[in-house]
Amino acid sequence: MTAFSALLMRDLRLAVRAGGGAGMGVLYFLIVVTLVPFAIGPELALLRRIGPAILWLGALLASLLTLDRLFAADREDGSLDLLLMAGMPLEIAIGAKALAHWLASALPLVIAAPVLGIFLNIEPRAMAAIAITLLAGTPALTFLGLIGAALAVTLRRGGLLVPVLILPLTVPVLIFGVAASEAAITTTMPFGTPFSILCALSLMSVVVGPLAAAVAFRHAE
Amino acid sequence: MDKIGSPQAAPGTSKRPLSVGDLANPSRFLSIVEPLLPWLAGATVLLMALGLNQVLAAPDDYQQGATVKIMYLHVPSAWLGMLCWGIMSIAALGTLVWRHPLADVAAKTAAPIGAAFTLICLITGSLWGRPTWGTYWVWDARLTSVLILFLLYLGVIALWRTVEDPSRAARAAAVFTLVGALNLPIIKFSVDWWNTLHQPASIFRAGGPTIAPSLLLPLVIMAIAFTLLFITLHLAAMRNEILRRRLRTLRLMQAQSAEH
Amino acid sequence: MRMAELMRLSAQNLGCRRGGRDVFADLGFSLGRGEALAVTGPNGSGKSSLLRLLAGLLRPAAGRIELEGGDADLTLAEQAHYLGHQDALKSVLTVRENLQFWSDYLGGGEDCREALVATGLSELADIPAAYLSAGQRRRLSLARLVGIKRPVWLLDEPASTLDSAGQTRLAELMGNHLHQGGLIVAATHAPLGIAARELQLGTAR
Repeated sequence: MTAFSALLMRDLRLAVRAGGGAGMGVLYFLIVVTLVPFAIGPELALLRRIGPAILWLGALLASLLTLDRLFAADREDGSLDLLLMAGMPLEIAIGAKALAHWLASALPLVIAAPVLGIFLNIEPRAMAAIAITLLAGTPALTFLGLIGAALAVTLRRGGLLVPVLILPLTVPVLIFGVAASEAAITTTMPFGTPFSILCALSLMSVVVGPLAAAVAFRHAE
Repeated sequence: MDKIGSPQAAPGTSKRPLSVGDLANPSRFLSIVEPLLPWLAGATVLLMALGLNQVLAAPDDYQQGATVKIMYLHVPSAWLGMLCWGIMSIAALGTLVWRHPLADVAAKTAAPIGAAFTLICLITGSLWGRPTWGTYWVWDARLTSVLILFLLYLGVIALWRTVEDPSRAARAAAVFTLVGALNLPIIKFSVDWWNTLHQPASIFRAGGPTIAPSLLLPLVIMAIAFTLLFITLHLAAMRNEILRRRLRTLRLMQAQSAEH
Repeated sequence: MRMAELMRLSAQNLGCRRGGRDVFADLGFSLGRGEALAVTGPNGSGKSSLLRLLAGLLRPAAGRIELEGGDADLTLAEQAHYLGHQDALKSVLTVRENLQFWSDYLGGGEDCREALVATGLSELADIPAAYLSAGQRRRLSLARLVGIKRPVWLLDEPASTLDSAGQTRLAELMGNHLHQGGLIVAATHAPLGIAARELQLGTAR
């Protein structure tokens, strides 16, 4: 087993065995979506119209909240020190952890989104579009978010620091994610335009995220 | 006939005075419940069969046709969902006030069962309303209240799974359960009020006091059957949890005895 | 490890700054194959910092660290084991899974079973690490050092949390490592149980 897959498998195993994580993220997503009608009223036509936006916001918040602990656990038990002492570059190790996090925490959100679409009276075609855009966009959320997680761990501050730092950076992802969802429904613009930009954002963050996080760790001490 | 790993030998348990009779002792509890379970399961199956028979024989609604029969699943599961939170609240008092040894086991195992009943209520409600509404979900007052109850169940389950120390989890869950119990009437009232504010068309009759006697009997039978189902599942789950804790203790003892 | 090859770990003019103050300055030592260095001194004198410097987890404020011999393609960190105060164990993974992970990740791991036997943990291989006592966790960390072959051992208070039988076993494992041509730098309050030169920190300059 290579070092990359060893780290990936370990993190997946930890996510499955330890409480919290994926289930918590989906539960949070569900709660956020439930809160919206209480705020704006249960009018189904309105909910359908803003449905993609609500689902995207919920997924965004849920995926960021679970990122808080990404590096904290390893720092607390001393694993982080040892992770730095292998032949694998730190950036790749961070990438492995981020991939595990995306699989364990973000992917369930993508799967949950169409189900939650039922509550918002979203039609099946739109649900599929939202799920696909989330699939393409959540990597960006995870890999950008890990920059905040790295900073939070090196600065030893938790709580809302990660969301506060990272949410502004995720604005482009949100814009193009929602635009792509709506383009699939209303066809005011071709789906490909915002969707390809969304994919580009994800690919870019897969590179930038680990690089930035590695820099944060190296300059920590 | 005492089983291995009697709780008095387990590290970490303090010797508290037993309070509520013999059932307080996990071993005694197991020896009473274990032979009882097959009978309970049998009775549940019988009553369910009887109830479903009655349901199929009951007349259709003049407006909704045969779909009204979903009510016979929907209403009892709503009742059980709420009853279960009530049981959890009593267990919570048992943990916090009386320090009853089996209280946390009862509370922990009841939560997933209650969540399941609530989920059945939501799904059946959704299916029941679909022909009328044209969609799977409207933010109807009653269904929305049940949805929030479902979220509370999921929250307490999350609490049990996230906190590692079992006794801390028990106390935290107990506090949360009691707070939830107090809040549920307030939530129900608020949701009803919110609903009237927005005036959606609610064609949702969940069977109130206006229900005809011929429809009442199957409903009562199903309600009793569901309650029996809950009791059976709950006792079985409590037994499993006690055995699981025994296993954990054994592993701890194994680790300790392996010192050199 | 190739016995015939020369290997020397040396530091010159090493300085360390933490939290704005100089922990130590102008530190130097030289260590060859089969040699152990016991780093002693009061708390706060920089014993742990020295080990972290050697492990590459800290950047020196001044001076240099050099490993002659060994694999030229690898950094010192990749040829060293670091045993810190924490155990780097995951509670939800079993003893075997914990060890197997490090073996796969750090590379060069031979049979985990042997390492578990050498540290007396083979009976507990499938027990979650959460059930282990502090001494057993420390032994599991030692199993990592035994199972994965790296020439340099950087140990921070290795005997802490171990009882006397555990300390004897630790001395044995360290002795084996030195015998096979390894190098050990250990921060310690108490005698290690093996022949070692002493480097005392915190003496007045």
